[in-house]
Amino acid sequence: MEQRAAGFGTRSIKTTAKQFAIDLAIRMVDLTTLEGSDTPGKVRALASKAMRPDPADQTCPPVAAVCVYPDMVPCAKQTLGTSGVRVASVATAFPSGRAARDIKLADVKDAVDAGADEIDMVIDRGAFLSGRYLQVFEEIVAVREACARPESGGAHLKVIFETGELQTYDNLRRASWLAMMAGGHFIKTSTGKIQPAATLPVTLVMLEAVRDFREATGQMVGVKPAGGIRSSKDAIKYLVTVNEIAGPDWLDPDWFRFGASTLLNDLLMQRTKMAAGRYSGPDYFTLD
Amino acid sequence: MNESRSLRSERSERLEGFEYAPALESRSVVDIKSSYGLFINGEFVDPGGPDGGRSFKTISPATEEVLSEVAEADENDVDKAVKAARHAYSRVWSRMSGAERGKYLFRIARIIQERAREIAVLESIDNGKPIKESRDVDIPTAAAHFFYYAGWADKLEYALPGNWTNPQSLGVAGQVIPWNFPFLMLAWKIAPALACGNTVVLKPAETTPLTALLFAEICQQADLPPGVVNILTGAGATGAAIVSHEDVAKVAFTGSTEVGRAIAKAVAGSKKKVTLELGGKAANIVFDDAPIDQAIEGIVNGIFFNQGHVCCAGSRLLVQESVAEDVLGRLKRRMGTLRIGDPLDKNTDVGAINSAEQLARIRELSEIGEAEGAGRWSPECDLPDHGFWFPPTIFTGVSQAHRIAREEIFGPVLSVLTFRTPKEAVEKANNTPYGLSAGIWTDKGSRILWMAGHLRAGVVWSNTFNRFDPTSPFGGYKESGYGREGGRHGLEAYLK
Repeated sequence: MEQRAAGFGTRSIKTTAKQFAIDLAIRMVDLTTLEGSDTPGKVRALASKAMRPDPADQTCPPVAAVCVYPDMVPCAKQTLGTSGVRVASVATAFPSGRAARDIKLADVKDAVDAGADEIDMVIDRGAFLSGRYLQVFEEIVAVREACARPESGGAHLKVIFETGELQTYDNLRRASWLAMMAGGHFIKTSTGKIQPAATLPVTLVMLEAVRDFREATGQMVGVKPAGGIRSSKDAIKYLVTVNEIAGPDWLDPDWFRFGASTLLNDLLMQRTKMAAGRYSGPDYFTLD
Repeated sequence: MNESRSLRSERSERLEGFEYAPALESRSVVDIKSSYGLFINGEFVDPGGPDGGRSFKTISPATEEVLSEVAEADENDVDKAVKAARHAYSRVWSRMSGAERGKYLFRIARIIQERAREIAVLESIDNGKPIKESRDVDIPTAAAHFFYYAGWADKLEYALPGNWTNPQSLGVAGQVIPWNFPFLMLAWKIAPALACGNTVVLKPAETTPLTALLFAEICQQADLPPGVVNILTGAGATGAAIVSHEDVAKVAFTGSTEVGRAIAKAVAGSKKKVTLELGGKAANIVFDDAPIDQAIEGIVNGIFFNQGHVCCAGSRLLVQESVAEDVLGRLKRRMGTLRIGDPLDKNTDVGAINSAEQLARIRELSEIGEAEGAGRWSPECDLPDHGFWFPPTIFTGVSQAHRIAREEIFGPVLSVLTFRTPKEAVEKANNTPYGLSAGIWTDKGSRILWMAGHLRAGVVWSNTFNRFDPTSPFGGYKESGYGREGGRHGLEAYLK
C-alpha cells in the first residue's frame, strides 16, 4: 500500500494535465481557519479569498468551501452570499470530540441553524479504540439527523476519523465502513490538530473503501484529506491517487476535497507560472 | 459573479478528464555510438577474424529502430579475453589486498550512482522496459550490489561459516547474463566475483548489449586495472566458447533452463565451479483472509513488472476458491489502470516485449492456452504500431494439466488456478519442474511459516512479491538451477 502510494508519487504530470489538475485542485479546496484567535475580520478576509483566489486573474475558479468554527458560520455566510462557495463548519466538540452527546448535537444544531452547508464532525476515538463501534455508529447517525433542515435541505455531513489517533490501516478501513453505513456524505482524515494528519497511504485506503462501498451499495461517498497538504506537487499526487484508485468519477469537488489553508497559494503560484511561463513570488498573492 | 462562475464550470466540464500528458525522459543524456568493439584488457578492440570480424545490430524493441552495430566475438576473441583476464588475475587482482579491491568496487558503485540516469535511459531504450523501472529498481539495485560486495572484499574470512577460514579466489569467471535485467544481472555477477579476487569475462545478451558496454566505460573511468573485467558481445556461440574455455575456473549463468542444461553438460567432468539461475513458474498463493487490495498489487507486480520477463515472476496465481471471484474482479479493474506504451514515458507501467522472438513465443503459448480451453482476458489498450508489444493478459479456468500452467511463458501472461485448502495450495505450487520463488498472501503468521516450510522454492515472499536486496540470497530448487546469488551466500560461488 505504501509502495503503491509511493508509486503514485512518481507519476509525472505535465503541461495540459498539470493545468487541469491545478484548476481542479483549487476548486476542491476547503479553505480553512480553525484557530482560537479567529475573528469576524479574519473570516471575512478568508471568505473573500475563497470567492476570488487570484484577484489578478478572473479565470481563476473559486474554491469549494470555507471551513470555520460554528460561531463564525453567520459571518462566513454573509460574506459569501450567493457566490456558490459553501460554508463548512466543524462541530461535535471539535477537535477532541470529548463531550456528552447532547452537547455535541447542540453544537451541530447551532451550526446548521446558522446556515452551514456542510458539517465536519469528529468521531469518538475513545469509543472506537475501546471497541464500542456501535456507539460510534449511533453517534454518526444522530449527527446526520441533526444535520436535517426541513426548510432548505440538510447540511452535508463529513466524518473526521483523526487517522493519526486510529493509527492502523485496519482501524481506518473499519472506521470508513462505519461512517459510510451510518450515512456520512464524506469521510475525512484529520482535524489538522494532530500529527500525522493526512498522508497519501491513508487517503489511498479511504479511496479504496469508498470505491468498494459504491460497488456494494451503488452510493458514492466523498473523501477529504485534511492537514499537511501544502504544495501543488502534493495535491497532484492525491489527484493521481483518486484517479487511479477510486476512478475519475471522484475527480470532482462534490466527491473530493482538500482541507487546507496554505495549499491554495502554492496552487495559485503554479497556476500563474504555467500561464506566464515564469515564477512569481509570494508577494503577488494575497495572505488571507 | 454567478454568471462568470457558470461560465467557468462550463469551461472545466469541457476538459476531457485527467489525461496524463506525455512526460518523456530525455534521450540527450545518452550517447550511443554507431558501432562498438569488444572490451578486452581495458580497451575497446575490433574483433579478430576475416574482414575485421562479424557484427550484429541491436535495436530498440519499442520502435524497432537500429541503435548500433555491435561486434560478435568468436573463439579467438574469447581466448584473448580469457588470457587478458588470467594475466590480470595472476599479476594484479588476486595479489591485491581485499581492502584495495573494495576501494575499486566502491568507486564503481559511486560512478553508477552518478551516471544512474544515463544508464537507466540507455537500458530502457535497448531493453524496452519502462523508465520508471530502470530508474527506480534496476540501476539503484545494481549500485547497491556493488556497495554491498565492496564491503565484503576485505572481510571474506568472516563471511562464510564452517571450514571457510582461509577462502581463496578461483581465477577467471566466465559469466553469461540474460536480457531481462541487463545491467542488474551484470552487477549480480561482477560485484561478488571481483570482491572475492576473481577476474571476469562477461557476455551480455545479444538483444541488450549496450549497458554492459557502458559498464566497460565505467571500468575505464574507475581506473580498474586492465583485464580485470572483459566484456564480449555476441550470441550463443560466443557464450559457449566462454563457458568451455579451459582457463575459465568458474561459470555463472542466468537464463533459460535449456541453455543451462547445455552448460552443465559442457562443464561436466571439468574442475569448473558452476552456478545456474534458470527458469521459474512461481505460484503466488492468495488465501481468503489476505488483504485483497494489497494482494492485487502483489499479483500485478509479480507478473506485469518488467513485462513478465522475470525468472521469478508470479506467473501462476493460486487463489482460494471462496475469494476467487472477488480477486479476479479486482485484478481486472486494476489491470485496466496499467499504462502500456513508450518505455521512456515516465508514466508508463508496462513497456515493450524484448524481441520479436520472445513475442512470438508469448503469442504461441497464449494461443495454446486458448486452444486448451482456458478463458483469455486483457484490458482494452492501444498498442503502438511499431515494435514488439503484448497486452497484460490473464487466463482463467486454468488447471495443472494446461501447458500455460507448466511452461515458462516469460511474458505478461498470468494463469489463474484455484485451491480449497492450504495442503492443496502447497501441492499445486510444488507440482512444477521449477522451484525458484513463491508468494503467500494471508493475514495469519502461523500459516505463512507453515507454507514457507513446505514450499520447494528458493525464495518465498510473504505479503509482498519481487522484492530484492543485495543482502538476501537468491536461487532455485530443481530445474530452476543451483547456487545462490546475493548475500553472503553469493560469495561462496566465487571462493574455494
